[in-house]
Amino acid sequence: MSAPLLKVTGLKKAYGAIQAVAGVSFEVQPGEIFGVIGPNGSGKTTMFNSVLGQIKPNAGAIELNGRDITGLSPLELNRRGVGRTFQTLQVFGKMTVRDNLIVAAQEHQGSMFGRMFAPSDSGLGAKADALIDQFRIRHVAHKKAGELSYGQQKLVDIAMAFMSDPALVLLDEPCAGVNPSLVGGISTLLKELNKSRAGSFIVIEHNMDFVMDLCHRIMVMVEGTVMAIGTPAEIRANKQVLDAYLGN
Amino acid sequence: MNRTILFGILGLALLLAVPPFLKNYGIYLISYWLVFVIATMGLNLTVGYAGQKSLGHAAFFGLGAYTVAILAKAGISFWLGLPLAAVGCFIIGLGLGFPALRVQTIYLAFATLGFNTAVWLVMRNEEWLTGGTFGMDISAYGRPGLFGLSLEKNLAYYYFVLGATVVLSGLLWALLRSPWGKAFTALRDNPIRAESLGISVQSYTLLAFAIGAAYAGIAGALFAHLVQFIEPAPFAVGTSIMMYLMVVVGGTGYFFGPVLGAAVGVLLPEWLRFAQAWYLFVFGSLVVVLMLWLPDGLLSIPDRLKARRQAREASAARANAARAVGVQS
Repeated sequence: MSAPLLKVTGLKKAYGAIQAVAGVSFEVQPGEIFGVIGPNGSGKTTMFNSVLGQIKPNAGAIELNGRDITGLSPLELNRRGVGRTFQTLQVFGKMTVRDNLIVAAQEHQGSMFGRMFAPSDSGLGAKADALIDQFRIRHVAHKKAGELSYGQQKLVDIAMAFMSDPALVLLDEPCAGVNPSLVGGISTLLKELNKSRAGSFIVIEHNMDFVMDLCHRIMVMVEGTVMAIGTPAEIRANKQVLDAYLGN
Repeated sequence: MNRTILFGILGLALLLAVPPFLKNYGIYLISYWLVFVIATMGLNLTVGYAGQKSLGHAAFFGLGAYTVAILAKAGISFWLGLPLAAVGCFIIGLGLGFPALRVQTIYLAFATLGFNTAVWLVMRNEEWLTGGTFGMDISAYGRPGLFGLSLEKNLAYYYFVLGATVVLSGLLWALLRSPWGKAFTALRDNPIRAESLGISVQSYTLLAFAIGAAYAGIAGALFAHLVQFIEPAPFAVGTSIMMYLMVVVGGTGYFFGPVLGAAVGVLLPEWLRFAQAWYLFVFGSLVVVLMLWLPDGLLSIPDRLKARRQAREASAARANAARAVGVQS
């Protein structure tokens, strides 16, 4: 096995007396789609936000490509090639879809001072158009994102995370609130992106069919700890996981 | 041609053609309005585009005015005073941006309001420097000249202020169309997502304050030579609130919002003078009605009409679809 892209060791985070994450360790390989499942309150989002610099962990280490990134801010993590989506929609409603994609990567183009004199699209127009086509949202490319349907905004939201070609993308419930017909579409898109960009994804999701179909490996979290890590087939066959979470 | 640019050109043509037919007071009044257009353009960047609540803008307006006035008294040219006013306000604006990194909304508004009060107290109390409540009369030093042309007369000075307004509008237009403009909007709409996309909330917040402050400083410098007598009263918190009102009434985040907003704040009270003692009451009532009816400002009217038309069309499409289903069944 090659060197891991992301290595999380002994991660802990407590809110007062409640230990939300109690010593979580896992690794994500380059090009891997890594799923995280578990019941509500199992610590998935706290773990996610700790990795993403949204909250500071109490203990543990997080390494990206062998470099310590523990406690770095979301801004610094983005600069190091970590992208993310949020559980709820986070598009810029008053900008067009195309501008949403451009703004998602413009800070990676040149210096801040240079960007003051750069063209409006920061030279990212063609790249944004390619992603717009890949996500099949060409017909709404020049509409304001806030005027789109929930499903269309969800696609824009996900596309934004890929604009800067991050090495690692963390997707927080990409199927939340999305109608079943679009769930398959999102899965296909993520598989395409995984192949074409060789990026690694971490996906938190409650939709088991989606996770089992998409992910190479899955981590099951219960009460802030790791119950199991394995391939979808191994997780499906794990009696402890079946009893505690998946059921029969 | 873009409709906004077309309106801009038409408006500019009117502003070039009409003033020679106005009396002195009319020329003074539209110069005064243009000065406030410049100041509120800066505030619109801070408030409307970057989403930071600032109630300290009049302090920068005053700092700009006192900078050129004090320098004029010391025999230093307006052409050195003007960039010094802009740069000085830019630097102090950067400093004022720091509270915005810690607090937001009403708390930030109070922090900036406190700044305005402190600056105003310095203007009022440091008589040795500012003349205090006695003010500073700079009429003896004359208005600046430009390429050998005298700007002493009101009409000439008006055209100079108009030129400055056009240049500063152009610069802001270019800035807002650059990646910086998108970053400011992203910062306003969703700072958490913006930061996760690599947009430095810290840098852009500070820049939004600093550039807005520089615009107010330039407006203040132009104001000093327009009125030729400055004292602390026009730079008190009340003016900051009035400037904020101008931005909101015109439409926060609309490029031409400050043009309309400053017209409401500066010109409307003059047009209402026929109401004599009641004119401020009428003005206040109009603002209340406007805010209730158009909370997003006057320039939101086309967007509201468009939204209504789209809702009507969507409703008609649904009704047609329902009829079609009815026919089939």
